[in-house]
Amino acid sequence: MQRRSVIAAATALPFSAPGLVSAQGFTPQNPECIAPAAPGGGFDITCRLTTRVLQETGISPVPIRTQNMPGGIGAVAINNINAQRRSDPNVIVAFSTGSWLNMAQGRFGRFGENDVRWIGAIGADYGVICVKRDSPFNNLQDLMNGFRQNVAGIPVGSSGAVGSQDWTKVALVARAAGQDPRRMRYVPFEGGGAAMAALLGGHIQVFPGDASEIRGQYEAREIKILAVLSPNRLPGVLADVPTAKEQGVNIEWPIVRGFYGPPQMPDAAYTWWVDAIRRLQAHPNWAEQRNAQGLFEFNMVGEEFSAFAKARTAEYRQLARDVGIVPAQ
Amino acid sequence: MMETLSALGGGFAVALTPFNIMLALVGCIVGTAIGVLPGIGPLNAIALLLPFCLALRLPPESALILLAAVYYGSGYGGRITAILLNMPGEPSAVLTTLDGHPLAKQGRGGAALAISGIGSFVGATLSVVAMTFMSVPLAKIAVAFSPADYVALIAFALSLLGAVGGVSAPKAWGAGCFGIMLALIGVDSGTGVERFTFGSLEMLGGIDFTVLAIGLFAIGEILLLVETTMRAEAAKIGGGQRLTAKELVFCLPAMMRATGIGFVIGVLPGAGASVASALSYTAEKRINEGNGKFGQGDMRGVAAPETADNAAQIGNLVPMLSLGIPGSGTTAVLLGALLMYNITPGPLLFEQKPEVAWGLIASMYVGNVLLLALNLPLVGVFARLLSVPASVLYPGVLALSFAGVYAASNSAFDLIMSVVFGVLGWLFRKMDIPLVPIVLGFVLGRMLEDNLRRALALSDGAVSALVESPVSIGLWVLTVGALLWPLFLAFRKGRA
Repeated sequence: MQRRSVIAAATALPFSAPGLVSAQGFTPQNPECIAPAAPGGGFDITCRLTTRVLQETGISPVPIRTQNMPGGIGAVAINNINAQRRSDPNVIVAFSTGSWLNMAQGRFGRFGENDVRWIGAIGADYGVICVKRDSPFNNLQDLMNGFRQNVAGIPVGSSGAVGSQDWTKVALVARAAGQDPRRMRYVPFEGGGAAMAALLGGHIQVFPGDASEIRGQYEAREIKILAVLSPNRLPGVLADVPTAKEQGVNIEWPIVRGFYGPPQMPDAAYTWWVDAIRRLQAHPNWAEQRNAQGLFEFNMVGEEFSAFAKARTAEYRQLARDVGIVPAQ
Repeated sequence: MMETLSALGGGFAVALTPFNIMLALVGCIVGTAIGVLPGIGPLNAIALLLPFCLALRLPPESALILLAAVYYGSGYGGRITAILLNMPGEPSAVLTTLDGHPLAKQGRGGAALAISGIGSFVGATLSVVAMTFMSVPLAKIAVAFSPADYVALIAFALSLLGAVGGVSAPKAWGAGCFGIMLALIGVDSGTGVERFTFGSLEMLGGIDFTVLAIGLFAIGEILLLVETTMRAEAAKIGGGQRLTAKELVFCLPAMMRATGIGFVIGVLPGAGASVASALSYTAEKRINEGNGKFGQGDMRGVAAPETADNAAQIGNLVPMLSLGIPGSGTTAVLLGALLMYNITPGPLLFEQKPEVAWGLIASMYVGNVLLLALNLPLVGVFARLLSVPASVLYPGVLALSFAGVYAASNSAFDLIMSVVFGVLGWLFRKMDIPLVPIVLGFVLGRMLEDNLRRALALSDGAVSALVESPVSIGLWVLTVGALLWPLFLAFRKGRA
């Protein structure tokens, strides 16, 4: 059922020119964007930013309401969608790379990447590996050598538990150094801000944060950034920081932000939403609005994005087994 | 010094434009209202107001003046329902119920409102002064505070729990432990393992503070009122005799101490206004052991926590402005507001955007004067709230409480939870089990566990790391002293 509808949507896509949208028989009615978190967080911003620009640009003929549905970092929302609104054409839900990790680690109950329809991404932030100004580590290889000498000797801290996004970033570095990530001395903090405070205070040595949240401290040269975990160098203040790839370590960590719809969203509605996100990405006003939220360009929608989301989740599932976060099956 | 003053002067040039004064006023009114309403906190309000600032194309300094006024204005609101109805509007106003409500019952509700308003003003304004001159060095000291130091600080706060019990210390300790147990529910922050969730998705995120506080205080209080007849109580409570100058002078030393405690705790990222108000109340009670009627309506018991609350709120802005590090959820949203204006929060903010940083600081001097001017004349109006017949007032409060719970989480499950806690709160009242230690145990227990695990993870399990720094040693000495002090007093009494 699911597979068939994805194919149908994909074949419909090339013909969905803007003017044809309503001709295809779908106009959203009282559409809603669910932010599976309290106001103020990343999910909330994803919804509010997108819905505001969709309306300002006229891509959506009607305003889209943002509804906050916190609980279990998205678990409550995906359950709600699957239990009560399986075929609702008027609802989309914000997600991030963290949602893929949660699906991969079975944290969303029985629901996984095949229980939603992936609509598209609106942008991405990228992981960075930070150390304090006076740290002995000057590049990624230094840190990996440190891990090789004593993987438990370098205190690493960030927001989120073992298995979370921030943990995984630095776990990949430890693994690339041939070490067992579970032996890392990892200290979870409540939010990236607290972890940054611990780094500046010298309580931890490494902080695997996000590019958008560390700009201020980097500009003031309070911290050094060993690597950005992006395919190419990032524009702006961080342009002089090399990627992990440049340093011979094949690690990328995009924090993708975007939307999914209910598992049985009708094809006409799915096509409309995919097309709306595509037109949003192409709109001349979009880049500035997106950049203001600390998001870099990451344009992918529809079938291509659906395949990407599923591949990523599978990859994370394998990683979680490899490093022993979930038992191998 | 001169440099700071001229920079502050530049800030006043920004803050004193009619437009920005008006925005500060709007923010103060919204903030006070948000503070009064249970469940709806400054975090939600700021997140919802931010898009309006962008849509109205307010310049960044104006937007920040407005949003920050909502934030520190909320510190003035939480006390009103705490004093009059025994229902704290904000987490940090929980302590205010202890002496505030007995005062209201004795017909001194108006005086309690006045002294807490003045305390809020004193705490906030002195803290803004401290922030003006010592922001950067303070922030540097704050980040040096290690997880082990936090453990000692929280242990110290917990050691004072016995003091908030009123009647019986064992009951207070038991209630505190119950609160700590509640804090353990949810996904474990260190390993991601689910604890005590009984497989329920709604419990994954743990129990929300709003749900617990509204259940125990608001719903529990109303259940008790339904049972005992409502008539007698409501008629007696009232505004009554005004605050006298003598009482104000009597409270001044308590306010000064509370400002110090509140500001220092507030500057530490990761402590917060609840810890500050709890510490200052219990410290005041311990200092004045034997003289005073804490728990039965002591003015200082109202002044201290409210002063500390507002001082801590301002302190929280110090690491945000000088290092770009949020000290709480609300300051994180304020930082997000800067990002939306393409301003990078960080150590260079004062150099790159002086009009924003200094404009905000100057506006806080203005805003707190506005808040005092708003709040004092309204004392009579608020106090008259209680002349509304109970049959109208309490159903209204109940509706607002449920609206607050639902607004905080959009979850029907949380509504049920709040009723469960309401029934518990009613039972606890009947058994004379104090509620404040439950709430404090809940807040402090979570912080204690997180920091203890951080400290032990950093030291690779060596317990000795907990007593390595001078700060932590000093706090442990105070903790032991606080635990032994009642024993010492009892011993002396026994000999006399």
